[in-house]
Amino acid sequence: MSIGISRRERDTMETAQPVDGTASPDTESKIIELKPFADEMVVNMGPQHPSTHGVLRLELKLEGEVVREAIPHIGYLHRCFEKHSENLSYPQIIPFTDRMDYVAAMNQNWGFCLAVEKLLEADEKRKFAVPARAEYLRVLICELNRIASHLLSFGTYGMDLGAFTPFLYAFRDRERLLLLFEKVCGARLTYNYIRIGGVSEIIPIEPGSVAEQHFLDEIESFLDYFEPLIDEYNELLTKNSIFSERTTGVAIMSAEMALSYGATGPNLRGSGVDWDLRRDEPYSIYDRFDFDVPVARDVPELGAVVGDCWSRYKIRMDEMKESVRIVRQILAEGLPAGPVMADLKAVRPPKGEIYFRSEAPRGELGFYIISDGTPKPVRVKGRSPCFSALSALQELSRGLMVADIIAIIGSIDIVMGEVDR
Amino acid sequence: MPDILSQGFFAQDSAGGNWAEEFVRNVIIPRLPEEAAAHFPVEFGMVLVMLGCAGLFAAVVPLLPLVLVLAERKVAARFQNRTGPMRVGPWGLLQTLADGVKLLFKEDYIPPQGDKLLFLLAPYVIFACSFAVFAAIPFGQNILVSNFNIGIFYIMAISSVIVMGVIMAGWSSNSKWSLLGSLRSAAQIVSYEIPLGLSILTVVMLVESLSMEAIVANQSGGISDWLIFRTPFTFFAFFIFFISSIAEVNRTPFDLPEAESEIVAGFHTEYSGMRFALFFIAEYANMFAVSAIAVTLFLGGWEGILPELAVFGGGFDILGGLPGFVMKTMGLVFLMMWLRWTLPRLRVDQLMNLCWKYFIPIAFFNILGTGIWGLIFPEDTPLSTGISIAIISIGLVQAYVFVGRSLGQKSQAQPSSA
Repeated sequence: MSIGISRRERDTMETAQPVDGTASPDTESKIIELKPFADEMVVNMGPQHPSTHGVLRLELKLEGEVVREAIPHIGYLHRCFEKHSENLSYPQIIPFTDRMDYVAAMNQNWGFCLAVEKLLEADEKRKFAVPARAEYLRVLICELNRIASHLLSFGTYGMDLGAFTPFLYAFRDRERLLLLFEKVCGARLTYNYIRIGGVSEIIPIEPGSVAEQHFLDEIESFLDYFEPLIDEYNELLTKNSIFSERTTGVAIMSAEMALSYGATGPNLRGSGVDWDLRRDEPYSIYDRFDFDVPVARDVPELGAVVGDCWSRYKIRMDEMKESVRIVRQILAEGLPAGPVMADLKAVRPPKGEIYFRSEAPRGELGFYIISDGTPKPVRVKGRSPCFSALSALQELSRGLMVADIIAIIGSIDIVMGEVDR
Repeated sequence: MPDILSQGFFAQDSAGGNWAEEFVRNVIIPRLPEEAAAHFPVEFGMVLVMLGCAGLFAAVVPLLPLVLVLAERKVAARFQNRTGPMRVGPWGLLQTLADGVKLLFKEDYIPPQGDKLLFLLAPYVIFACSFAVFAAIPFGQNILVSNFNIGIFYIMAISSVIVMGVIMAGWSSNSKWSLLGSLRSAAQIVSYEIPLGLSILTVVMLVESLSMEAIVANQSGGISDWLIFRTPFTFFAFFIFFISSIAEVNRTPFDLPEAESEIVAGFHTEYSGMRFALFFIAEYANMFAVSAIAVTLFLGGWEGILPELAVFGGGFDILGGLPGFVMKTMGLVFLMMWLRWTLPRLRVDQLMNLCWKYFIPIAFFNILGTGIWGLIFPEDTPLSTGISIAIISIGLVQAYVFVGRSLGQKSQAQPSSA
């Protein structure tokens, strides 16, 4: 299919020029060149586009519907997080991490706090430990946030592929989670809940109080309500034949490719690599919980192969179940009594540097911090999982169709706030 | 009497009288003073009645999309655990009007680099064609604008012109998204017209007429006489027709030309205000039109479920079967809405595969089968209907068992999440 008429006209005009002065322009101009595949249409998809998940701009080189190349242009949401951090004290940086992956802000807080706590541990003179209650609350809240994040991913993916209803179902369930988060920190999106050395005490939930019981009951009722719904969503979207037609076998990211691009989290596991930091490099108290790491494998009934869009998507659906399992274990144990904040007078890490990575819903979230012993870091670098995954888009999308680009973007589940920082 | 008066509202009814003439003679003239009644020109009265009916028709039909837009939003809301529009009027009933007023007051933007004439013309082409289709749809006994002897052919012809408007809109907008959308739309509509036409052909073969009136009259014996159950082939033809119709009116799962998440809004990306509203209205009018055609061709039109009885639109006493017809049509419209809010969207190549690899061969097979059926059963008898319904039932049971078994295999083989 050829679209770029103007280009062809230009070509014809060029041939119409008398080359050696002998050919008459009248006879020459009657030659119409038919070059059906020579024309290329460059389209800007984004930065304002309904399904680029934010302000991603893709420069698409199209031949009809077929994409010859898709070049991502990023930076439209750059807010100088790293530069800002150099002028702020450590606790002041936490709200900035909220704005990175705003869909899973709790996990971003946690990743940063873990890095700073690791840096603080090097200080021999001021020993501290994050209280057990805070650790449990962190895991509890972050796993719930993982569910909320995957729900959003599920809903928007359905919407990208033209199914509107799953989106609203996902938002209905996410709403209940947001109300829970509001109960612990007062915010619905940018929480600033997890602090260095513990969690926020702005809305205290006293150990053993009625409020605590009520809070845990509410989580339990949510899980009871939500767990069967995952199967319902699988029926609605995952096993839908049109959905699987659109996603299976599309944009296969092999394990080697995923590793070489630095894809992490569900994208890496979707490529069949069994790797989860929560299990393989357990931080916090993850070693106390029993959970599985879903890894993609071929599903011949649907035509799914390891590494395609469907596998990446399915990992998220399965991870929600695992998160539910972890949260149920916490509820069964109950929250330990005690304080929620370590006895830290001031956050003043010793001179040194640290890279700490944690498993955020979108993959491996790393923070590299250099400290010179002052209350402000010299350098903070965020390692964004979405950024790495997005870099694979160009290779994945070559030769596919416009509609597949949408399917890829949705399946690698990017949040532009984190890509651009 | 001019020939034109013998058609449509003025068609001769079964008693041999003229509907409008009877109306003038029996209803209007007795109410006039004696002096005037003696000199009242009957034909002038007939023209007045005709204009009145045409005016009524022209006033009511464009209201359909308004109702359908609201219905769609309410249906979607029910599917999605929402309430839908609730603010304007009781239960949000006036929401569409409010939207229309809003669109009226919006800026009428015309892309300066585009082709102005085509840009202005395109919405009217689509709008006019969408509503011209209604001229041949029999809403009930004698409730149709014009009883062409080529009714269904006319509908096919007019609805094909819509694609021209779509291409005009896409081309003249000078936007790449619009162009992509209009090209998708052109390819899709042109492709799906083939199975659509072939499915109609099976009906035409059985009825031996292109006239919509004749097609409905052929199905007057209650539900077993409906063309969908007449032969097993028309049963398949109905589904091919209905699914192709969904593709024709660009609705999910075939809404690629307007795929919001891919090509923004397709061919009407650059349109705003009332011009956009025209596209929107035309889309919903189309939706109603194709459902009405499906009802007319396969589901007995305005005829009732039971013969001779005033059940479900049967019986000519209630507005010539109009309520039954509207109910059946709305049923299909609801089905379309249901599909739209449930299913994702196909990709371009899958869309074309479905059409060219499956629908067209099956449609051809249907024509062959209908022909053979016509040779075996030249007359439509209770025996042939019984055999047909038996074959359809066996086929449905087989399909159910087959689907159930394959689903069972799927659920057994489903990975246990780890």
